[in-house]
Amino acid sequence: MSFRTSLGLASALAVAASMAAHAQTPSGTITIATVNNGDMIRMQGLTSEFNAQYPDIKVEWVTLEENVLRSRVTQDVATKGGQFDVMTIGTYEVPIWGENGWLVSLNDLPAEWDADDILPAIRSGLTVDGELYAAPFYAESSMVMYRTDLMEAAGLTMPEAPTWEFIREAAEAMTEGDVYGICLRGKAGWGENMALLSAMGNSFGARWFDEDWQAQFDTEQWANTINFYMDLMTNYGPPGAANNGFNENLSLFQQGKCGMWIDATVAASFVTNPNDSTVADKVGFALAPDNGLGKRGNWLWAWSLAVPAGSQQTEAAKAFVAWATSKEYTALVAEKEGWANVPPGTRQSLYDNAEYTSAASFADMTLRSINSADPTQPTVDPVPYTGVQFVAIPEFAGFATEVGQEFANALAGQQSAEQALERAQAVTTDAMEAAGY
Amino acid sequence: MARAVTPRRKAVNTALAWAVGLLIFFPILWTILTSFKTEATAIADPPVWLFFDWTLENYAVVQERSDYSRFLWNSIIIAGGSTLLGLIIAIPAAWSMAFVPSRFTKDILLWMLSTKMLPAVGVLYPIYLIFIQFGLLDTRIGLTVVIMFINLPIIVWMLYTYFKEIPGEILEAARMDGATLREEILYVLTPMAIPGIASTVLLNVILAWNEAFWTLNLTAAKAAPLTAFIASYSSPEGLFYAKLSAASTMAIAPILILGWFSQKQLVRGLTFGAVK
Amino acid sequence: MATQHSRTAARLMLAPAVILLLGWMLVPLTMTLLFSFKQYLPMRGGDLGWVGFDNYIRFVGSSAFWPSVVTTLVIVGSVLVITIVLGVLLALLLDQPMWGQGVVRILVIAPFFVMPTVSALVWKNMFMDPVNGLFAHLWKFFGATPISWLSEASMTSIIMIVSWQWLPFATLILLTAIQSLDSEQLEAAEMDGAPPLSRFGHIILPHLGRAIAIVVLIQTIFLLGVFAEIFVTTQGSFGTRTLTYLIFQRVLESQNVGLGSAGGVYAIILANILAIFLMRIVGKNLDR
Repeated sequence: MSFRTSLGLASALAVAASMAAHAQTPSGTITIATVNNGDMIRMQGLTSEFNAQYPDIKVEWVTLEENVLRSRVTQDVATKGGQFDVMTIGTYEVPIWGENGWLVSLNDLPAEWDADDILPAIRSGLTVDGELYAAPFYAESSMVMYRTDLMEAAGLTMPEAPTWEFIREAAEAMTEGDVYGICLRGKAGWGENMALLSAMGNSFGARWFDEDWQAQFDTEQWANTINFYMDLMTNYGPPGAANNGFNENLSLFQQGKCGMWIDATVAASFVTNPNDSTVADKVGFALAPDNGLGKRGNWLWAWSLAVPAGSQQTEAAKAFVAWATSKEYTALVAEKEGWANVPPGTRQSLYDNAEYTSAASFADMTLRSINSADPTQPTVDPVPYTGVQFVAIPEFAGFATEVGQEFANALAGQQSAEQALERAQAVTTDAMEAAGY
Repeated sequence: MARAVTPRRKAVNTALAWAVGLLIFFPILWTILTSFKTEATAIADPPVWLFFDWTLENYAVVQERSDYSRFLWNSIIIAGGSTLLGLIIAIPAAWSMAFVPSRFTKDILLWMLSTKMLPAVGVLYPIYLIFIQFGLLDTRIGLTVVIMFINLPIIVWMLYTYFKEIPGEILEAARMDGATLREEILYVLTPMAIPGIASTVLLNVILAWNEAFWTLNLTAAKAAPLTAFIASYSSPEGLFYAKLSAASTMAIAPILILGWFSQKQLVRGLTFGAVK
Repeated sequence: MATQHSRTAARLMLAPAVILLLGWMLVPLTMTLLFSFKQYLPMRGGDLGWVGFDNYIRFVGSSAFWPSVVTTLVIVGSVLVITIVLGVLLALLLDQPMWGQGVVRILVIAPFFVMPTVSALVWKNMFMDPVNGLFAHLWKFFGATPISWLSEASMTSIIMIVSWQWLPFATLILLTAIQSLDSEQLEAAEMDGAPPLSRFGHIILPHLGRAIAIVVLIQTIFLLGVFAEIFVTTQGSFGTRTLTYLIFQRVLESQNVGLGSAGGVYAIILANILAIFLMRIVGKNLDR
């Protein structure tokens, strides 16, 4: 896929479409399926602002917990049930669904939506064969968030780009009493612990598959990754870490119970928000760690809005997608909730905005993290797949969750790291056979 | 049955029973209490029991995000509708099995129960495809029918066991007096079986209200009942115990209140023929 | 009493229920059977043709299969034992004269009204959370290290949650049965100087046989399908993957409908084996 052609094509189509779009105002009822994350709930709360612009479009919300939502929309799109007009999906689903022809191309969004403003790494992740199949609502990489006060007390200074070894040292020094040196995801799931472990594996030189699609969990690199992770978590992590996902860790960090937390960059605005966080003024940021192998352990993800091909209200749905992912929406949130709370990570213009960068201390680190992730070349050794913390094939969600359960079991002390790796290898090999590789 | 006991023994019984009762009820009580706390108080260490600033804020937030009355209405229609529909089909069947038994009655009854053992997840795809075919997705009527099917065996069985305890002679006497079959069922049998029917209705409303697989997977925005309402409050970002508690309280309160008011009826008929 | 006329009428009245249930059973079952012999991958173009028994072999061949059957049986078995033992004790207690019997009964049956999703969420977050849960506070109060329930004691946790939900049902049925017991018989035994334990063993327990059989039957039907409690809490990790959950993973997470359907057929077979076994016990009781 040529990026430049797609850009040219996109803007040409966008101009044509914007002329057409102004001719009639769309109407109808649209059903939007979304995740119950903070930014989406805010979007839902701003529905009336959307209706001020499009009074003839009635919006129905289906806000569900992530796992429920995912199985719900996947089921619906795969059977062409047509229950939803806008779906909130991620960079994992978009290429697969787009390839299957299940999504409506968004190349014809109006010119003022300004597709060229979208960060290239994000945009390429949502484009298949030159067609943009989803509009990024917010995007994230991962980075280190740490407590500046505890780091100082430990007599250490966090470098901008730490190594894993430094993280281990710092975690050891910061663990004391009620404070756990490091919080990492342990909850099983392809989008939970496996997002962290896959990205972490990349920085240890590990990969999911070699170029012949053979599972690689029997390699030394994976053993190193898992052993390091287990050592970190059992010695300096919180209790019950095997049940902690993003939300659990966020709440721990906000309560001041974590020294460091390596997770999604979007968390930065939550942990620095004095309304929710007890440590809002004591948080520093650094790039995700590496091992000097040329890849850092940071991922790339964009929660995006897509219009399924089964929708009967394509025009109205597109109008909503364009509105919710526009610069105007960003300005609207900034006006109502402050600049630090706007959905981050999707547009260059946001990072060029001095108001934003001064309000959001994490802006620079977020942008650098996003730009340093490369979904097309995620690993040290070459791989046949794209995706940093996932493998963009339909079977991945299934087997990666099972692999994640093996590692979660190991973290909970129910099996050894070697057993977990052995089983991970078996599960993955078996699933790939079933898929016909 | 009043057995004579010493006041001392009665006091011991009372204390013990209350302790156990409160222990069993505690998770619900704690949820209700937490729903009136702020998020920070909700996770306070040590836990705060009664003396905190009671707030209705969580309820306001939840109501603002999801229109409670719509979910509630859908729950009521689906639970009520499926029970009513189930009764219409089950009363004649139960009558037939109880008063005109055949060689196969017991087998039919047990077979009916065995249809409940079909694992729901295993048939999700077929049902979903059928629903698309008939345009039933996200409709109350579609969901009502599915829930009715799920509970029908239980309805038939409860009614059957209840009907069996009614002496057939009374029905026969009515027939001698020239009552038609319809009159016999409507005016003689049904009034006598009211307690049994009442508890059947209650049990099925409870089961339908709490059904969380089909109600979640076959609905989107229009027909979504309270089970879907809850699914948008489980583990969101940040602190959420208080909001989750408020949403939980809202979801279970109607059925809890109904259950408490009618527990006598529920208990009376909930025997499945276990009492002879 | 049945005349030929009423017999015909009876058949007619039974027909709607039987025909509807037959349809409800057969249509999805037939489709499931069809899918189970196909390579059916919605993400890769849908129906990819017949594959014979491949799905069946693969489903059983997976290392997750037998553990999931064992997990299912352990959950069903443990919850049955717990609810029946505690249910009998609770029913005996509630049958005693006391003040505020009605209120206590309300407190005891309340969990039955709570939807499984809600109860799983409440237990998981507000009680079993190793940092903010009440149990953690309690453990810390006594100077112990909090347990991370859902990972270290995963099966215990799930069984606890499910038992809490079903204890009221068992208690209610057993209580009604105890209350129907002839109190004169009991009093006579008491007069004869029979100790409480022997009164329980010789009079009460035999009388409860039928009620226990009913509880076993009804609860087994519901417990085999336990799903929400696992989906909300462990998502099948830490050895809590039941057969139902394994099928869910195959159908929805892996989007392999053929494989999942084969699993569904296995689940039906398992359920029916259990059913035949149960029907024997309960069927005998129904005749009495």
